[in-house]
Amino acid sequence: MRLDLSHIQRWIAPGSRVLDLGCGDGVFLEFLRDQRQVRGTGLEIDQDYITAAISRGINVVEQDMDEGLANFPDQSFDTVVLALALQAVNYPDRVLEEMLRIGREGIVTFPNFGHWRCRLMLGIRGHMPVSSFMPYTWYNTPNIHFCTVQDFEDLCRSKGIRILARDVVGNTKRQPLLSNKWPNLFATTAIYHITR
Amino acid sequence: MSSLEHSHSVGIVVPKIAHFDEPLSLTCGRSLPGYELAYECYGELDEHRSNAVLICHALSGNHHAAGYHSPDDKKAGWWDECIGPGKPIDTNRFFVVCLNNLGGCHGSSGPSSINPATGKPWGPDFPPMRVRDWVHSQARLADYLGIECWAAVVGGSLGGMQAMRWSLEFPQRIKHCIVIAAALKLSAQNLAFNEVARQAIESDPEFVGGKYQERNTIPARGLALARMIGHITYLSDDAMANKFGRDLRSGSLGPGEVANAEFQVQSYLRHQGSQFSGSFDANTYILMTRALDYFDLALEYSNDPVEAFRHARCRFLVVSFSTDWRFAPERSREIVNALLAADRPVTYAEIEANEGHDAFLMPIPRYLDVFRAYMLRVGKNH
Repeated sequence: MRLDLSHIQRWIAPGSRVLDLGCGDGVFLEFLRDQRQVRGTGLEIDQDYITAAISRGINVVEQDMDEGLANFPDQSFDTVVLALALQAVNYPDRVLEEMLRIGREGIVTFPNFGHWRCRLMLGIRGHMPVSSFMPYTWYNTPNIHFCTVQDFEDLCRSKGIRILARDVVGNTKRQPLLSNKWPNLFATTAIYHITR
Repeated sequence: MSSLEHSHSVGIVVPKIAHFDEPLSLTCGRSLPGYELAYECYGELDEHRSNAVLICHALSGNHHAAGYHSPDDKKAGWWDECIGPGKPIDTNRFFVVCLNNLGGCHGSSGPSSINPATGKPWGPDFPPMRVRDWVHSQARLADYLGIECWAAVVGGSLGGMQAMRWSLEFPQRIKHCIVIAAALKLSAQNLAFNEVARQAIESDPEFVGGKYQERNTIPARGLALARMIGHITYLSDDAMANKFGRDLRSGSLGPGEVANAEFQVQSYLRHQGSQFSGSFDANTYILMTRALDYFDLALEYSNDPVEAFRHARCRFLVVSFSTDWRFAPERSREIVNALLAADRPVTYAEIEANEGHDAFLMPIPRYLDVFRAYMLRVGKNH
């Protein structure tokens, strides 16, 4: 399983209701269903992912979250997950607010643009960062709203969103120490458990 | 013939008739003392009787959904693209049942069959049908076939409305509900088109108040016109543009032309109309359009589809097509949103397709992929 997903599964209670925004091929919801008896629904716009999720027996709804999530009632899920998709939506702030309207809790993971490699590429080499993790060129990328760990925490503060827990993924084995201590510099992926 | 040798066909099928003697109470307050249902089956019922799939037909459909009636049959059943060995509704796995609905004109009791009380054709006196009545008659057919619970009830358009009604009327007897290109109820525009179709039939002098059978006439022109109107609503602007554009069948639009030029689309529609009027009953068309008009899933549930779907116990697949303007994707999203709000498991796909409402009958690759992927989980636990 993708590293950020294996980190967040412990925050999801057995038997709870989970909405996965951008559920991909449904592998995470499948895991939660089989291991945690979670009742899940996924949102997705990629056609191949939708078919793959259906094949896994996942309830997947073809819907573009950039067009809103108003069709989901208030507090209709226990947890709403947004994994590696925050940077790809038109209005990340609105999506966060919607997540916590629809769910009691939210889980957000995103690539940290404050990572030292990003800074190096931009600061020293003068180029937008391209890596195996963010392999796109600046002009052809689904990722339109990059932020750093600090930016995200500032946004939560200004929106009155409570951070229940923060976790990070570094890019080498040595780095958990560093990335836990200085996440803004060493986390490749930031992981947040949030609520109102 | 080659189409029969095709390994993805169910092959030659023989329609059957089931007789029912127990009266069926109808929504209109009347009851049918006894009736017959014409149906076809494909595939084998398994020993647990757990692999049965019911196909509900749309406005002008019938029980012949797949395969051929004879070796020189030119056309396969109306949903042959989706039913057969290796097809989305895989007859190697499922026992598929499709019937002609009550009020139909292809073998089930309807306006053109004999009213036992008078010895004459029912004609316009055949009781009006509601989708709910069909669902109850289908449940009787399930009893007759020894099917306690359907693995899935599947339908497109008006058939999708029957599938949804099943989920509410018999929540314990349906595991999956597959609703394709349907709506919770008709819009004013939908109602308007149906009214024009009925007026076309009723204003044909040969209709004689629906008693045409007794007079040995057929309101062929009215019925053809009704079909032409309906047919326009089944196609998208794009589909018509691609198929016909402004191509001429005869004449020319150049200066000095005396005779009227005829567009391809005109002759196509006339052909569709006249074919239909030779094979369909006018009273049935009126009855079916009324059933469609009166369908309103949530009417008895305080007009709240969320409240309605709370009664369902099955899982749902909802599918719509981008250029369908008869039951547009927005209408399917109303179904999906009500299901989400009612906390029912739902999967929804919106298929890019040029074919308009008719797309649900077409072999559109993504549609078949989604349909097949979903059917693979039917019979499993999720």
